Order: sequence, then structure tokens, then C-alpha cells
Amino acid sequence: MPTVAPLDVDGFVVRAGFLKSSAYFASGEGDILLSGNGETRIRVHKLGLLAAEPLVDGSGLITSGDDGCIYRCADDGSSELVAERPRKWIDLIAAGPSGAVAFASGRVAWVHLEDGREKEFQHDRAVGGLAFAPKGTRLAVSRYDGASLWWAGTDGAPVEFTWKGAHLGISFSPDGKYLVTAMQENALHGWRLADRQDMRMSGYPAKVKSFSWSFKGRYLATSGANAAILWPYHGKTGPMGQSPLQLGTRSDVLVSSVACHPKEDVVAVGYQDGTILMCRFEDNAEVLLRRPGKGPVSTMDWDREGVRLAFGTEAGEAGIVSLQD
Amino acid sequence: MFKLLSLSAQENLPPLSQTVDVVLIFAAKRPAIRQAINLSAKPESFAMSATQDAQAQIPVTVLTGYLGAGKTTLLNRILTENHGQRYAVIVNEFGEVGIDNDLLVESDEEIFEMNNGCICCTVRGDLIRTVQNLMKRKNAFDAIIVETTGVADPAPVAQTFFMDDDVRASARLDAVVAVVDSRHVLQRLEDTEEAEDQVAFADVILINKTDLVSPEELSEVEARIRSINPYAVLHHSERCGIEIAKVLDRGAFDLDRILSLDPHFLEHGHHAHECAPDCDHDHDQDHHHDHGHHHHEENPHSVKSISLTAGDLNPEMFFQWINQVTQVQGPNILRLKGILAFKDDPQRYVIQGVHMIVEGDHQRDWKAEEPRQSRLVFIGRDLNWDVLKQSFQACAA
Repeated sequence: MPTVAPLDVDGFVVRAGFLKSSAYFASGEGDILLSGNGETRIRVHKLGLLAAEPLVDGSGLITSGDDGCIYRCADDGSSELVAERPRKWIDLIAAGPSGAVAFASGRVAWVHLEDGREKEFQHDRAVGGLAFAPKGTRLAVSRYDGASLWWAGTDGAPVEFTWKGAHLGISFSPDGKYLVTAMQENALHGWRLADRQDMRMSGYPAKVKSFSWSFKGRYLATSGANAAILWPYHGKTGPMGQSPLQLGTRSDVLVSSVACHPKEDVVAVGYQDGTILMCRFEDNAEVLLRRPGKGPVSTMDWDREGVRLAFGTEAGEAGIVSLQD
Repeated sequence: MFKLLSLSAQENLPPLSQTVDVVLIFAAKRPAIRQAINLSAKPESFAMSATQDAQAQIPVTVLTGYLGAGKTTLLNRILTENHGQRYAVIVNEFGEVGIDNDLLVESDEEIFEMNNGCICCTVRGDLIRTVQNLMKRKNAFDAIIVETTGVADPAPVAQTFFMDDDVRASARLDAVVAVVDSRHVLQRLEDTEEAEDQVAFADVILINKTDLVSPEELSEVEARIRSINPYAVLHHSERCGIEIAKVLDRGAFDLDRILSLDPHFLEHGHHAHECAPDCDHDHDQDHHHDHGHHHHEENPHSVKSISLTAGDLNPEMFFQWINQVTQVQGPNILRLKGILAFKDDPQRYVIQGVHMIVEGDHQRDWKAEEPRQSRLVFIGRDLNWDVLKQSFQACAA
């Protein structure tokens, strides 16, 4: 039987997940709760916290806030300032290979490299999202009317991908073959990098704000409908000509967050009413992980073994679901 | 209910350059233009949600006004006055706001066009992002103020609060407040469409710098503003000295009050100022007669308004009609608002819109002493007023 251990946080949970030795819960009011051997609360930003991303190796967390600062917070509760853009609200960050950190505000994206160098990438229109490629220091920036692919360590023109409209969240498939963006409209857009073929994935009743690649990158799970929508990305042509899985369908509640299991073809599905289900791809078998709460599930992530799920809601509820006793 | 209606490469869009466009659709897509319109043919189904949502939504005041009209002065006044409210303020430039406020955000105007085939469906992308970020600190403020640039078209700002689902869920447009400089506004209205749009869009208009004009000039200004937008609440001020409560948190009943003003009374008021002695106006004409005769308004494209009234309406006829009117004439409709009585419906139905977007909801029960009257106001350019009036009458129950 899955058990839920609730935790106390002070506001909208922006991001929750696991580092090497503890679970983390970053709240919009500014507190970061580290829960491992005991609880540690740290507060690095003067004001609110807008975004948090775990480092690739799990050794810490990158956070940004409306004080214009970007911090690296280690597992043990220590923290250091990575970069600062006074008076800017830094609401987009990404953690890359070998300590690279990308962040953006307005139309500009920056990459802070491990050796302290910083690169600036200007765009004509608003930046909507940032993602590092799975290999190499390549940064994808979603923006109005498409996406730009930069080599983060060198100077040079970006590779541009064009599609009309505002592109927000962005993600590479784990094999690096596809780039997918969520749009201001209720749709996803994708490009196959090899031949720049466009893919438009639409039909959502709401904006797609959460996506997660499944084990081995076989599916892309998305929020934005009254079921988790999983687009198949295995096979030579990705999702083209195939139908998506729809898991955890509910009659009138939208999915607000998704997190694929790290080892199995299973996805955790969080809903607007605070419910969390776990659904198996193969037969759509469902397990209830959390009953409805006060607010929409805003964030979820699994630990590396796939036995614990950290979650948070917009209403300041948080906890850890354990699949084993 | 979700159904897999079409799974693969249907509905191909024209390919971009040499690439092949693959469109994957997992559910039926509504026709593009209807996405912009949020009306139900069965208004009963919304009865419960109205009041609940209003509770959770943060009120947003939009400040417009031409350069130098006094927006920043008003903003500084709002932020320094001790009113017990905490405001998050979204400005285009920090520079002039001399107040240290943790929740002062600078935001570069980013107009997003929507890929839905609707030419006037534009939203402020930066505003969506900022409102979403603010919602991560919900406990830090009570209301939001958005200051627009002097030359901004107010439509995208207003539309953001109707068109983006996330913004709608967390914030509601409380009022559009326009600050005008009484010395320069007449000239501005002659020169620029933006200035006219700002007046047309406003719920509240602050006629500022009244100490710098004569009473005659002031009444001319007032008449001109009334001719564009007879439904806004007007206030006079010197150096934006106004009771803040008259500008902020006006709430939904503003609509109520504006619409309950007797339009005949109003018209008399402004004609007294507006018409020169040699005016050839037909003063017996219906109250929504053409204002175009006025000497300031020789331009046939200038903004005008119309107020339509009827008794009980047939909801099906009405929704069909309003959808059609806004789809066809949307680009010319700057604003519309109304309070409607539907046949066999005990509740008042409140409706408002910007261009092609219309939103409606039940408000409250009609009071026993209240006449069940439907009233709908359009403010726009180049609208076919006579046809609007006749076709509206055809929706009567």
C-alpha cells in the first residue's frame, strides 16, 4: 500500500523532487525544505522564488527568484550565488552538463559555465523556455515564432526552428532526436532535428504545462487534458501516424502535472483537485497515491529508484508518497 | 468526455518551406473562432460558479493614458497612500516610479497573436508570464495594477484577462482606468487612434490637470470624452489628487451602475455642452443617435457608442446573434457590456467583451422591485448601428 508522508511548506510549491540524499520542496514564498535525515529549511532569495531545477548529478538545486539572483543550493543546506541580474525577474532556468546553468528573463537567455564564463543569447521576442540537450553543451531556447538552438560554449549563429506562435516550455527527447515545445495555444509543437520536420500535437482543452519523458524515452507524457496524454516516441518516425495513450482519464478534472517512473512504463498523474494516481501504460491499471486536496498538483518527481514520489500543490501542500513500507 | 476522433495526419496545415507538416490530433478540435468566445447557450449551467470564482480571483486594474497625462503620478499616489492594500505593480519602465515596492515588476510589452484565425485576438504574453509568476507568491499582495505605455492599444491587455485560461483562473479585470490631460486631450484625440481607443476602453476616466484649463475648456473636454464613451465614470483631478477608492477595486457592480444610468439624462447632459447654438441636431432623435455631427468628429471612423434595450430575451436567439455579431464585426467592436434578462431565468446575466471575445455569467437574482430589462452597450468604429439595433430586437422573447 502506498503511504503519504505530508510535509509543511509555506506556499505554492514551485518544484519538488529528490537530490542525492534528500527530497526538496521549493516554495514560491522563498523557503526551500530539504527532507532527508531530518528536515532543513533554507531561504536564499530575498523575496520570492520563481523557479528551481535539480543539478544533473543530483548534488544540489539551482534556484532563481524575483530578486534577480540565481543560487546553487547543495544537499547539505549550503548555498552560493551563481549569477545576478539586478531588478530582473528570473523565472526560467535549466541545469546542464558539467555544471552549466542557463537562465532567462524577457528576451535574453544566459549560460553560466562551470569556469565562471557567461554567454548571452539575444532573441527578438520573448523567451518562453530553456532546455539543455542530453549530450553536449547545447541550449535550446523556445521563443515567439519558434526555437533557437545555441552552442552554449562558443560564439556563433544559432540554428533556428520556425513555427508561428508563442512557444513556452521546451524539452529534448532523451535520445536527442526531437525537440518539443508547449505553446500558448493548447498544443505541443515538435521538430525532428535530423530533417526539421514539424509535428503539431493538438486537441488539448487546456495549455500543456507539464511534460515528462518515460523510461528510455519511449513516450512523452503531458498534462492539459482530463487524462495524461502520452505521445509515442519509439520507432523510427516517432509519434507520426500513431495514436497517443490516454491514462487516468477522469470525467471532469484536468491533469495538472505528470512524472514518468524512472524504471517502469508507469506514470504518476497529478490532477487539479490534488489527486495523484499512478497508471501503467500497458493496461491502464490505476493506483491511487493521494486523495484530493486543497489545490492543483503543481509539481511531482520520482527518486532514482522509483520507490518514492515527491509532490507539491499550488495551495502549499507537499509530501512524499512511498510505494514500499 | 474524451474520444479519439482522429489520430494521425489529418487536417494538414500548409507545409512550411520544404518540411512536411505532421499534425497529430487526439481529440475533436472546436472551430477556431469559437474558442475565442466563451458563451453558453444554456446559461443555467453557470449559475453556481460566478460568485465562487470572483472570490479567488485577484482584482486587476489597468492604467492607460497618453504620455504625460499623469499615469505615473497616479501610480505613485496609489503606492504611497495608506490604504491597507498591497499592490503588485507591473510597469513598462521602472524609471519614473519613485517607490520602493518589492512587487514592482518591469515587463517588456510582448504582443502574442493567437493561432486561431482571429485577427484581433492578441494577448500580452509578458503579462501572462508575470501574472503566473505573481501567483507563486499569492500571499504577498491583494491586487494587481498594470501600467501600459502611453501609446499602447488597450485591447491586448484587456483580452489577456479573457483569453488566457491560467490568467482568468487567478485574476479578473476590475477596471480599465484612463488618465487624460485636460490641456492636450482634444489634440491627442484628433491626432491618434490610440488616444481614442484608450478613452473608448475605459471604465473610469480621470480628467487630470483641470487647474490648467478654463471651465469652458473643461466642459468641452468632458463633452468630447462623453461622445466617445458615455458609459465611463468621469472624475476630475489636479495632479491626480483623487480618492483612491474611486479608481481601484471598482468591482463588478460598476457595470451595474454604468448601465443603470439613464441614457437620456446622460445625453441631455452632454449635448448641452456639445452642441453649438447653430447645431442642427435633431434633439428628439433616439438617444443613441449618431454623434458624428459634432464638429470634433468629422472623421467618420471615430468611435461611437450605442445602447440597446429590450425586455426578456430568448437566450438561444441571443447567443446565436452575439456570436455572429462579434465574429463579423469584432475588429470594430472596442468594448461591449450588458445586463440581460433571459426568459424564465430568475437571474441577471452579465456579459462583456472586447473585439471578438465575449464572456458572460450569471450575476444574481433580479430583485422584486427591479424591472426586468435587458440592456447592451457597444462602443466601436464603423459599426452598422441600425442593423445592430434591429437584429437585437429580434432576440426578444
